[in-house]
Amino acid sequence: MTAVTVQDRPPIHERTLLQQSLTVVWRNLLHIRRMPEMLLDVTIQPVMFVLLFAYVFGGSISVQGTTYREFLLPGIMAQTMVFSSAIVALGLNSDLEKGIVDRFKSLPISRASVLVGRSLSSLIHSSIGIVVMGVTGLAVGWRIREGFANAVLAYLLLLLFGFSMIWLGIWVGSMLRSVEAVNGFMFTVMFPLTFVANTFAPPEDMPSWLRVVAEWNPVSALTAACRELWGNGPGALPDAQWPMHHPVVASIGWSIIFTAVFAPLALLAFRRRSRD
Amino acid sequence: MATQPAVEAIDLVKQFGTNRAVDGVSFVVPEGTVLGLLGPNGAGKTTTVRMLTTLSVPTSGTGRVAGHDVIKDPAAVRRSMGLTGQSATIDELLTGRENIRLIGRLYGLPTSYLRKLADELLERFLLADAADRIAKTYSGGMRRRLDLAVSLVASPPVLFLDEPTTGLDPRSRADLWEVLRGLVRDGTTLLLTTQYLEEADHLADEIIVIDKGKVIAAGTPTQLKDEAGRAAVVITVSSEADLPRAAELLRRHTAEVHVEEVSRRLTAPASGLSDMTRIAGVFAESGIDIDDLGLKRPSLDDVFLHLTGHRAEDELDTETPTGQEALR
Repeated sequence: MTAVTVQDRPPIHERTLLQQSLTVVWRNLLHIRRMPEMLLDVTIQPVMFVLLFAYVFGGSISVQGTTYREFLLPGIMAQTMVFSSAIVALGLNSDLEKGIVDRFKSLPISRASVLVGRSLSSLIHSSIGIVVMGVTGLAVGWRIREGFANAVLAYLLLLLFGFSMIWLGIWVGSMLRSVEAVNGFMFTVMFPLTFVANTFAPPEDMPSWLRVVAEWNPVSALTAACRELWGNGPGALPDAQWPMHHPVVASIGWSIIFTAVFAPLALLAFRRRSRD
Repeated sequence: MATQPAVEAIDLVKQFGTNRAVDGVSFVVPEGTVLGLLGPNGAGKTTTVRMLTTLSVPTSGTGRVAGHDVIKDPAAVRRSMGLTGQSATIDELLTGRENIRLIGRLYGLPTSYLRKLADELLERFLLADAADRIAKTYSGGMRRRLDLAVSLVASPPVLFLDEPTTGLDPRSRADLWEVLRGLVRDGTTLLLTTQYLEEADHLADEIIVIDKGKVIAAGTPTQLKDEAGRAAVVITVSSEADLPRAAELLRRHTAEVHVEEVSRRLTAPASGLSDMTRIAGVFAESGIDIDDLGLKRPSLDDVFLHLTGHRAEDELDTETPTGQEALR
């Protein structure tokens, strides 16, 4: 038994927020390695969605000017980014419940590193989903048709939107008291948010009041932006709502609005949760 | 710097809504000593520790750890202390070694140093064999030991332990006590909360008893026991036939004698060791065979009953499942 005594304390070096956050990312990624089933939501699940919609519903939904499979892919990618908020909420809530956040907070590190690390790993998590879906999409006939720069811009929009949704995740994850509650809440919000939109079916065929809702849905803006930038879809009909005519600007706008609304709420809830 | 107290609580108050969970708690823990914060569940022990470890902001009052104010300089406090929380706050999906590396990296320890330190800590806490297994597979005792190992990554001079042995079997508890005593020998100051009177008695130099957020008693274990009542000498005679004679003999030396026929036991008040040796001498001369003779001091259980009017264990039944959580 060799003891590390108080006399020889190890050299503690202050690390930057980024270094600390990356350590938290390393830890979160180890979780995925230990529980690969955590990736189901960004691998099997979206692939299943692609296949189900492409082959089961696809036949009965007609889209102007393109195939349903091309139309579908941007929608499912947008859906995956929205679900990134659920990933954050579940991970953060479980860390709070298990006292891991308390452990981190008792260390001489920046408290933001817990959140930044959680956000970064969630974006990595969702990006895996985007890649998996891209490959699946290519296999069923989806193509990028508008050049490299536009393709990259679409991916950046997806990440930006995912970033803004992370704040919603932090807010919900800090507010609710159990993983089950987070699960219930997130799926109750996520499903209407991603289905009452242009993701899986063109809103033109919806009742007119619902069509307005769907076209103002931020997820629709993101989906329409990706379709425009990848060349996957019909342009907006003349009678469509404003965001459908300016989807790139609209999805940037929605991302900024979400961040502006949810980031303060999230930080407040996290701070309150971790004060008492 | 001269010997400043390792930990000070200065009129700490924490209010949750209308509930004053901690209501003006003050104490001092000198460097290198062990303070036991003793009280039933809900007494305010955990909240006190959370305030002193900067996890919770006091409603009023303050605390100092290694001379640093918990409100004015929380960063310095965090550099000076380690915390082992109520439920073992280790990462279940990481191995024992990775848990240590995670915390070491956050402290910014050099990689080579950290590698050596991890081996050393795992060895010391009897986890070397399980070092590369994920912590989910660990037993309750192993989790607690890993939790403690993680708290010691930066060799903090002050260590807070919130109910370190709740939910452990007696064997694991004894192992952990041994480890804690080792830390104290190396100069670490400990502040531990416990519901177990026996634990406080075993480990603490000084005990603070709190109930409903207030300090209701303070002192060394011996002082507290003295306060609760006098010691007694207890004699068990070998044969029941000798009981009347033994009682008669005792009565000549002490004021009152209590006889328990079934267990062949006689109890009489004694002021201390000298009384006991005197009585032992009397019995040796008398030729009465005795099985056992000893001095019984009141236990901390008696102390608690004396101070609060209710037994500490009563509260254990209505406990929130913190112990089970640790084992989950």
